[in-house]
Formats: sequence, C-alpha cells, structure tokens
Amino acid sequence: MEHGQRMTDGRKRWLWLAGAVVWLGLPWLVFGNNYVLSTLVLIGLYALVGTGMTLLMGYAGQISLGQAAFYGMGAYTSAYLTAHAGWPAWLALVAGAALAALVALVVGIPVFRLREHYLALATLGFGVIMFTFFKEWKGITGGLNGFFGIPPIRIAGIPLQSDWQFYYLVSSFVLAGGWFARNVVRSRVGRALRAIHGSEVAASSLGVNITKYKLQIFILSAVYASVAGSLYAHYVTFINPDLFGIIPSIYFLIMVIIGGTASVWGGLVGAAVYVCLGEWLKAVVPLLLPNAGGEFEIVFFGLLLVIMLIYMPNGLTGVAPQGLRRCWKTSWRQSERATAVDSHKARSIGGEQG
Amino acid sequence: MSAMLLEVEQLSKSFGGIQAVQNVSFYVKKEDIVAVIGPNGAGKTTLFNMISGIVPPTSGFVRFQGAIVSGKQPHELAMLGMTRTFQNLQLFADMTVLENVMVGFHSRLKSGIVSAGFRLPRTVKEEKQAQEQAFFCLEQVGLAHLAWERAGTLPYGMQRLVEIARAAVSRPSLILLDEPMAGLNPQESKQLVDVLLMMREQGFSFLFVEHDMETVMAIADRIVVLDYGKKIAEGAPEEIARHPDVIKAYLGEEAV
Repeated sequence: MEHGQRMTDGRKRWLWLAGAVVWLGLPWLVFGNNYVLSTLVLIGLYALVGTGMTLLMGYAGQISLGQAAFYGMGAYTSAYLTAHAGWPAWLALVAGAALAALVALVVGIPVFRLREHYLALATLGFGVIMFTFFKEWKGITGGLNGFFGIPPIRIAGIPLQSDWQFYYLVSSFVLAGGWFARNVVRSRVGRALRAIHGSEVAASSLGVNITKYKLQIFILSAVYASVAGSLYAHYVTFINPDLFGIIPSIYFLIMVIIGGTASVWGGLVGAAVYVCLGEWLKAVVPLLLPNAGGEFEIVFFGLLLVIMLIYMPNGLTGVAPQGLRRCWKTSWRQSERATAVDSHKARSIGGEQG
Repeated sequence: MSAMLLEVEQLSKSFGGIQAVQNVSFYVKKEDIVAVIGPNGAGKTTLFNMISGIVPPTSGFVRFQGAIVSGKQPHELAMLGMTRTFQNLQLFADMTVLENVMVGFHSRLKSGIVSAGFRLPRTVKEEKQAQEQAFFCLEQVGLAHLAWERAGTLPYGMQRLVEIARAAVSRPSLILLDEPMAGLNPQESKQLVDVLLMMREQGFSFLFVEHDMETVMAIADRIVVLDYGKKIAEGAPEEIARHPDVIKAYLGEEAV
C-alpha cells in the first residue's frame, strides 16, 4: 500500500516536471512561430474568462450571458487609464478588476434575491447596455472607431510586446487563475457551493448563506473576465466595441460548455478547442464555400453547442478518461485520506476519544 | 443545567384561511429531549419550519438562547447554534460522506473566498480541523469506515445517521429532528435511538417531531401534543399517555 502510494507520487512528480518543461519550452518547440504563439495567447485569454465562468456555471449553478461586458470593462479601463491618465498598466488592471467586481455586485444583489436563472436574463440585458456604452461613450472608448495606441504592459521596466513574452505572461495568469479556482473549489467555499447544488434547504440549515456565495462567485467570474480583458488590451493595443458584445458572450458560454465544468480546467480545454476549431474553419471554409462570410462560424458553433448539449452535456472534462480524471481528483482524495487518518491516529494515541 | 434554550411563544401560522398552527407555546431547556407529536395534519411540520426559519410565522415569536430569532434565515440560525435534519433526507448525494459532514462544520469556520483561493495557512488549518471533526463525528455514529463513499450510495438508515452527524458536527446548542425514525426498519431505529441517547449524554439537546410512539416514549423528557394546529397537552411521557385529550385525538371520541 505504502509502496504503491510512493510509486504514484513519483509518477506524479514526473508528470509535473514534464508539464513544466512543455510550458516553459513551448516557444522553442514551435520555433518562435508567431502565429502559433498568438493563438496560444488568445487561448489563454479566453481560458481565463472561461475559468471564471466554469466556477459560475459548475459550482454556483448560474449562467452568464454577458461575460464579454466584464471582459470589455477590463479592456477599456486599462486602455483609458494607461493611455489617457498615464497610470501604470498593473494598477489599471487592478482598477478594472475592482470596477468589474463592483458592477457585478450591483447587478448581482437584486438578481440573487430571486431564484432560478434570472442571472442569465439580467446579464443578457447588462451585456446589451454595456455594449451600447462602449459604442456611444466616444470620449472614453473612442466609439466604433475603436481605441488606439494602448501602451504596453511592463515588467521591471521592460515593455512586453512580442508574442512569446505575452505567452509567458498570459499562461502564468491562466495557471494562477486555475490554481486559485481549484483552491476555492476544494475549500469551505467550494463545499458550500456543492452543497447548495445538492440541496439548498439543507445547505442553509447548516449555516451556508446561499445568496452570499452565489454573489461572490459571480463577482469572482467578473474579475477573471476583467483581468483577461486588461491583458488583451495591452496585447493587441487596439480595441473596439464589437469584441465585447453579445456574440462574444455567447462564444464564452460555448467554450465553457465544450470544456465542461467537471474540472476547473474546463475553461482552458474549452478555449483551446474553440480557438483551434475557429482557426481550422477559417482555413477550410473558404476552400469549400468560396462565398461564405464570417457568419459561418456562428452557425457552426451554434450547431456544435446543440450537439454538445445533447450528447455530451458534461463537456470534455466530463468524459475525460478515468486515468486523466484521477490526476485532478485522486491526488486530493489521497492526501485527504492520509491527513484524516493520521490525525485520527494521533488522537487515539493521545487518548482523547470519548 | 436547566437554562432556557428555546422558547416558543404564541406561535401561529395561517395559509390563506387555514390556521395551520394556532398560538402554540412551549419551551426546551438545555439537555432536554422534547418531542412534538400529533395526528397527521396537526401542524407539526409547519411548527418546525417556523422554528427553523424556513417559513416566517404569521404571529408570535421564537426566542433562542434569550434572543428573539423569528424572522431570521435558516443559515443565521445555524450560525447561532440551531441545526436540523429533514423528514425526506436532504443529503448532498454527490459528495462523500465525509464531505457531507464537513459541510455541517461550515458555521464553525471562517475562511472566505480570498483566503481559500490563496490557500492561506489559516485555511489549511481550518480544513484540517473540519476534516478531523467530521471524521470524529462519523466515528461516533459508527460510519467512519464509509467516510469516502458517495453519500447517495448508502442504505437509507445510514444516510439518516450521516444527516444527524452532519447536523451535530458543529456542536450546536439545539438540533431539530424532523421524523428521524421515518422509513427505518426496527434494527435501524434501535441503532438511531442508541445514538441519540449517547448524544444526550454528551450534552446535546433535541427537539423532534415523531410518529413512532415507542421511540417518543423511550427517549423524550417531555412531549408536546398538537391537534388541529393547537397544543392540547404537554408533559412527561407517562402523563401524556394517560391524558384524556390525547387519547381522544389519537383514537377518536368514542374511545374515551
């Protein structure tokens, strides 16, 4: 038993090491190919939004149809504060996240008084309103012409402008965001959320404040989206309202459904599949249908959404092979078992048992 | 020893024109086991739901440990030390038995989303404590060996014990049990009675609704009898067994 445990520990260490090597070495593995790296950056940005939404959908059981509005809020806050107010990019990123959190709080308080899926409706309306804001508040957002000349983000005075630099920046955020989400899920808060999922009446009779936790997760998802938006603004240096409308919100939703909410990494999986399929479509569709416009993508992903919901409602992470699933589940269970039993033994020896 | 724990004063509830509960008053002292009995439709569940904050009373109030608590939400009551179980089990079926009981420890922990997300030392310590307490509690009800099973896969009687462990792990001052014996076979009932008596020894107080008279007579210190929403009797088991109004309510007019 103990021997077996050590074996899996050893194998896990190798897996971690391999993962780290791939992560750090990727820019070399693709020979610094900017197309691949920029695709990875895009995946990372969407994954960040998706991780927040995975928490919201998988654990708080709520759907947001306006997540792109928070993404836009981060992007415009960063753009305005760095380009026009001369703020450092990191401070602007925090300001954007704070603003998104505040707005999510204001939207969420009335919504979570009601049960069921009112958040979907409220965020849909909110997304439309924010899109109008981005479009019409020209003094700040530049309107439909877009916002130009967003200064780069700096680390230790070095401006980050190349794709490989952004690859490291964004992937670090994705890993940190996933780590944070995983910790939340495996804590008192995550337990409370899963309990709400199981039985609201029982959860509240044990002291779980249902409204508070749903609201907190909604706010957290808004912060994830806003941070991703800020990074995006500094990456592309030009933003316009179309990137933050209802359609992008729907795409975020599709990504999370593709990825599934069985793991906090569902957002990353979904974003990767979505971006890769999108790139593939761009390459293949013109060959098959020379006159097809960009709308083809919406039709394709709409169909994919329907098929996913019918045949794979738990998404890709929900049907992942057992072995893979064990990587993100058992490691925790095993350690949990070990601590509980250890402490139990310690207590027995101490003779405290009633 | 005999401090007042729960005082129910003139509690009433009407749904439309129907008076489900009318001016019911009684009390529970520390380390008491009080049973509420009555024929079907007597208003027991409504009374219970009012005390535990699930439905607000139409009039009257509930005082818990000296403070008026009627109108408070169930989660606020849990924080104050009052938890409950449900007649039709409300376990978190997809969580493990241990996790179920750990949710019961929620009210004793403080980690918020930020502390949990960054896995601060405080959270790590709290998690360990929650796990230990939950495991200990499972041991007490004899289910420690099933700690890592999914709660939904356990037999009914064991699920009931898990629910009780979950309600007890935070060491609340009062536990409300809504028909704890419902659906249990005689052997399971006996096991549950033993667990409840053991918990009483440890200083737990209970208020419970029950149909099974044998259990009520065996473990209750005092019994409150409801009929048509009104309290018709209150007293020790032997008094209640002889009370003419109670016999009338249960067996009908002619029996008296």
